[in-house]
Amino acid sequence: MKSSGTRGHQAPSAPARSAPGPDDAPAPSRPGRAGRRPPLLLLALASAAAALTLLPLVYLAVRAVERGPAYAWNVVATDRTLELLARSVGLAAVVVTACLVLGISLAWLTVRTALPGRRAWSVLATLPLAVPSYVAAFAWISARPDLAGFSGAAFALTLVSYPYVYLPVAAALRGIDPAQEEASRALGHGPWSTFRRVTLPQLRPAAAGGGLLVALYVLSDFGAVSIMRYETFTRAIHTSYKASFDRTPAAALSVVLVLMTVLLVAAEARTRGRAGHARTGGGTARPTPPIPLGRLKWPALGWCSAVAAAGVAFPAGTLGYWLAVGNSRTWDPRGLLETGGITLLVAALGAALTTCLALPVGVLAARHRGRAAHLLEQAAYAGHAVPGITVGLAMVFLAVRFAYPLYQELPLLVAAYAVLFLPVAVGATRAAVLQAPPVLEDVARSLGRGPLGVLREVTVPLAAPGIAAGAALTFVVCMKELPATLLLRPTGMDTLATRLWTETGTGSYAAAAPYAAVLILIAAVPSYLLGRHRA
Amino acid sequence: MRRPSLRTIGALAASVLLVPLATACGSDGKGAGSGTEAGEKSGGGTLVVYSGRSEDLVAPLIEKLEKTTGSKVEVRYGDSAELAAQLLEEGDRTDADLFFSQDAGALGALGKEGRLAALPQKSLDRVDKAFRAENGDWVGVSGRVRVIAYHGDKVAEAPDSVHELTGPEWKGKVGYAPTNASFQAFVTGMRVLEGDDATRKWLKDFQANDPQVYEKNGAVLDAVDDGKAELGLINHYYWYEKAAEEGADKLKAKLHFPTKGDPGALVNVAGVGILKGSDQSTAARKAVDFFLAEEAQTYFADETHEYPLAAGVTGGDDLPPLDSIDAPEIDLSRLESLQVTLEMLQEAGMV
Repeated sequence: MKSSGTRGHQAPSAPARSAPGPDDAPAPSRPGRAGRRPPLLLLALASAAAALTLLPLVYLAVRAVERGPAYAWNVVATDRTLELLARSVGLAAVVVTACLVLGISLAWLTVRTALPGRRAWSVLATLPLAVPSYVAAFAWISARPDLAGFSGAAFALTLVSYPYVYLPVAAALRGIDPAQEEASRALGHGPWSTFRRVTLPQLRPAAAGGGLLVALYVLSDFGAVSIMRYETFTRAIHTSYKASFDRTPAAALSVVLVLMTVLLVAAEARTRGRAGHARTGGGTARPTPPIPLGRLKWPALGWCSAVAAAGVAFPAGTLGYWLAVGNSRTWDPRGLLETGGITLLVAALGAALTTCLALPVGVLAARHRGRAAHLLEQAAYAGHAVPGITVGLAMVFLAVRFAYPLYQELPLLVAAYAVLFLPVAVGATRAAVLQAPPVLEDVARSLGRGPLGVLREVTVPLAAPGIAAGAALTFVVCMKELPATLLLRPTGMDTLATRLWTETGTGSYAAAAPYAAVLILIAAVPSYLLGRHRA
Repeated sequence: MRRPSLRTIGALAASVLLVPLATACGSDGKGAGSGTEAGEKSGGGTLVVYSGRSEDLVAPLIEKLEKTTGSKVEVRYGDSAELAAQLLEEGDRTDADLFFSQDAGALGALGKEGRLAALPQKSLDRVDKAFRAENGDWVGVSGRVRVIAYHGDKVAEAPDSVHELTGPEWKGKVGYAPTNASFQAFVTGMRVLEGDDATRKWLKDFQANDPQVYEKNGAVLDAVDDGKAELGLINHYYWYEKAAEEGADKLKAKLHFPTKGDPGALVNVAGVGILKGSDQSTAARKAVDFFLAEEAQTYFADETHEYPLAAGVTGGDDLPPLDSIDAPEIDLSRLESLQVTLEMLQEAGMV
């Protein structure tokens, strides 16, 4: 079902496109834009962003073949590599599936139904994002040691990463033109059937993009898998650094992860499908009337409560316990304040830079087909599954050679965040731009605006809520980032995450708890804003 | 719709460009004169220490260290192995002058790549030969001994060698932490002492004897104390920490030091090395001597219950004297060959 026909239900602004007809032509026909060549400036900007994220790959190539391709091949071509790959892929598959179920169901309940306390639930649904994977894993394993292994790793990772799906899907649900669903209901489809045939196809790009991010996150996560003692590819890479101090095997293994990323991104591009997502009129849409839940109210509330309890309340309760057992010696309000401030600064800078870089890539991916656009989007994702420590070492390697004045200075750390998290912002931007009707851009072009004018005056304002959501998401993940921050931060500078690491490293959970609590509290602010957001 | 958000994005973009500029201009990071211009040879510069030892342990000493060296001291804390990888990646452009490592292996790895400068003989001689690099490019600061913890009521006589742990009387009763770096260093030590084949066989037999797996040394000791495990392979200071917290007389767990140079009695060290090409080599050498002087030695011993290594300093605890421990004699730099150890542990299905 890919009716991209937008029936202007009240807006006289755009002519309704006749639904069938040329639209039935096979891909790559996408409403509006099929073969248009992207403007050169957009390409240039996107290329600059992609070039930045490809930097770690340069390093990987240098290190991996340092002792000849044969050596690297011997490192990679073992049964163990296959086994690790299977373990990593298995974990990613389970976590992605669980995140899709959680993310889509919660998004639909909080955005579309008359669930009591929707706003509170939508904030709660976003909050687990603020919990670093290692904190969640630690909280759970200290309560349930028997969770160790695959199930524990899958459980902890699902709880901290389903917001990657929840947020874009919720944004997409808010952006969907209710007219289509109304038409479907008028034609006699029930709510479930309408959801499946009209709503879900329109959520596909957002859900697939979120799922891809979850998959890459799982592939690159070290915190949860190490605490849950589940051996994955990334854990093996870490072990390799620790064990041999030899960067060659680790780099060779990282290359395998990069190839995995390329495959995943390609697969996601295929599942994205050809669904139309446009609506007419930016922010003037009527809010969709919430669907009464009736008898399903209690099960729905139970479901939301269960997820919130596992994802938010339990880690928070564990932190509360540690805070309670702590004493005045473990409280350092000034240090907390200072560290909190620095964390805010670096995460905001990281989010801002990442969002700016993601904008051209996201617009390109949403609006243009063709090899260049596709390659640039792929490139933006390339470094995302590579473990943070590898990206960190890559930046060390490149900075000491080519940008020495920047080494161990703030700009380099911010750049590393952009390399690590560009896909987070790209996914959000792309999904948001897809929801802006291309026809409005055509109108703007016909009125004499140039491609950049259209971007500035039409596309970005229409996509702004989604882009802002992406920026908020990026802000939170920057706050939580640990391995690269440890390597690249200015000497003597601490973020909440590095303090957390320092304190837990010496086993003083009571001293670590305040930092974790502040981290979650700060991250709660963007979550709250996103939860409250109404187009 | 919301024009303001566009403006916000613009403002953010501007700040992204401006703030780094501002920070770069008012850079306080490494001060001027860092990096390549050979900086101040005498006091007044900044001594940069990369520390794999934790901040709460090292930070209290820094002020005293600044007084001693006459330089400002900046410390970069991290994981020993990751800092070693970072130092190798930085190569000769590193800002670090001194590396303070949690274990000998990371120092050995830097030494092997020729990244460490030779230390003055006078400093080296403060420490027994066994606890410093053979070529003199790093020196141990404090010692940690592998021991066998046992449950005092359940175990009449603790085994004298790790080789006894593969016997049927200990089946299912031994706790250990296979992912812990100290355990892995012990296995590496066994490889150095007895060869790879013998070690592989021991691992296989030990694994077949159904040992109890824990995440950390502390958890192993707790299990022994609770009677969940009868024996545990740990480092000595975990017991002294627990005893300090809970009272030695309340502990069911006791310590036994294996004898006859058994690999189970390996003494590993935390140590320091000076980076080659340091522009603060005078201050760095002063820092090394500071760590080996009585005050710092006593401090480490009191804080961490480790063994002071400098001659003539004794720890505060009732630790058995270091020379009474029948430790195996190995070159600790060789503990850097962890890779093979890990492969063996993987083969045995332990990690």
